[in-house]
Amino acid sequence: MDFKLDVVEETGKVQAILQGEIDAYTAPVLREQLDGISISEGTQVELNFSNVNYMDSTGLSVIVAFYKSVVANGGDIVLTCLSERLKRLFDITGLTDIMNIEVRKVISNNERI
Amino acid sequence: MREFDYMEMRVPAKTQYVGVARLAISGLANRVGFSYDDIEDVKIAASEAITNAIQHAYADKEDGEVVIGCALYKDKMEIMVADYGRSFKFEEVKEKVGPYHEEEDVQFIREGGLGLYLIESLMDEVKVLNDNGVTVFMTKFVSREQVNDHAETISF
Repeated sequence: MDFKLDVVEETGKVQAILQGEIDAYTAPVLREQLDGISISEGTQVELNFSNVNYMDSTGLSVIVAFYKSVVANGGDIVLTCLSERLKRLFDITGLTDIMNIEVRKVISNNERI
Repeated sequence: MREFDYMEMRVPAKTQYVGVARLAISGLANRVGFSYDDIEDVKIAASEAITNAIQHAYADKEDGEVVIGCALYKDKMEIMVADYGRSFKFEEVKEKVGPYHEEEDVQFIREGGLGLYLIESLMDEVKVLNDNGVTVFMTKFVSREQVNDHAETISF
């Protein structure tokens, strides 16, 4: 039930690492923390989902709002390291076609041998 | 003997309990014998229904309660989420929600209203009863292979 957001800010670059479960309880916390990130023209933003083990529509709403705000401020944003499960949520809701999304790179069992 | 086992939870209409209810439902879905992916679907659908109940039905009340009922069958799970707060017009709400479309401009995409759409996408059957509050009934069937794999999991 815990959630944490780590933000690494460098000149022109922001990496936000989401961790834990994003639901009705934690989504407002995420929204508030994302609102605190300053975005200017050309800022490159990465939202890293590698440690997100649960997310529902409350999380999607926050991500959509942040995505819009980055684009409105002239920044670039990419969602990275989504698990197949998370990717499916974006697929079902049609967001995959609108957003810049990179799926988690997983070495399949075949490749591992 | 009854053909299903029934369990019920009554939780305060506060968002901090959504995760607790989700964890319990996840355990029950596992007991029925759902696959990992199906359990994740059930978790999201149930959370959406509970979140809806909390956020919409008790917008102006602090002491509301949400009732979550789970019926476990050999080949399916039924989840009922009921609130006794304000009711909403499901069909009306449904028209305003749904997936996004590719041609939508980022600046104009909606920031909410996906909960009901997700419930309908992730569950096999969804029914909404609007009577003195809102009750959402949803059913998920265990896919054939899973039934065979876990046939011994529940004995009635």
